[in-house]
Amino acid sequence: MLSINYYLILSAVLFTIGVVGVLTRRNAILIFMCIELMLNSVNLTLVAFSAYLGNVEGQVLVFFVMAVAAAEAAVGLAIVLALFRNHVTVNLDEINILKW
Amino acid sequence: MELTDIIFYIFALVTIGSAMIVVFSRNLVYSAFSLMFTFLGVAGLYVLLLADFLAVTQLMIYVGGILVLMIFGVMLTHRVVNVEISSGAMRVIPATIVVGVFLGTLLLVLTRTKWMVMEGSPDVIGTTSMIGTALVTDYLLPFEVSGVVLLVAIVAAAFMARKR
Repeated sequence: MLSINYYLILSAVLFTIGVVGVLTRRNAILIFMCIELMLNSVNLTLVAFSAYLGNVEGQVLVFFVMAVAAAEAAVGLAIVLALFRNHVTVNLDEINILKW
Repeated sequence: MELTDIIFYIFALVTIGSAMIVVFSRNLVYSAFSLMFTFLGVAGLYVLLLADFLAVTQLMIYVGGILVLMIFGVMLTHRVVNVEISSGAMRVIPATIVVGVFLGTLLLVLTRTKWMVMEGSPDVIGTTSMIGTALVTDYLLPFEVSGVVLLVAIVAAAFMARKR
């Protein structure tokens, strides 16, 4: 079996790719996808530790992360839809109604 | 090199490569489809880590649920006349600096730390019953609370997305 470092480095790289997307892209839906990427990398870390420690509790935690991710995706996309209905754009740099 | 190593590298390559396409593709639909391959790659890694039930759950929730929701979002938030479904980039230079420092710190910590791991390979065959037992004994309250969270989220999403 591979050393756990391989999985940890893989999820670090995956998380970093998600961070790049959140910081540089301006489409709200793409930012959601990048958040899902980051959640997936964290899940991968949890499962890797769960496997290498022989303890199933990390996988139980992954279930709760998935439940929260599903809730977050549903509510977030509803917000984006409402925003699109009001402003006809989902580019985050054009949405500045809270700024004065 | 063992067979599991080769499988790990294949899945890692699929995951990282398609994640790069998600972030750097100019077309949102390509990003959404590429995200599917990222989820599939992560599910394969779960199987490699002997988390069979989680791999199936990953397929059902992420590929079957969240990804379809994302594609609906892409379809609903672009004018039909607007053929070009693209998404620009901004703040590239500060982001590069921040991300470089972040990744460097993560890799430094990961490789310097001596992780306490089990000796030998785990002999778990099927995690479903163990996860089920944990969910209805030690983790019963979080389990119920996450059900309530999902219910509230569904009601809120339907309320916010409807036409009035």
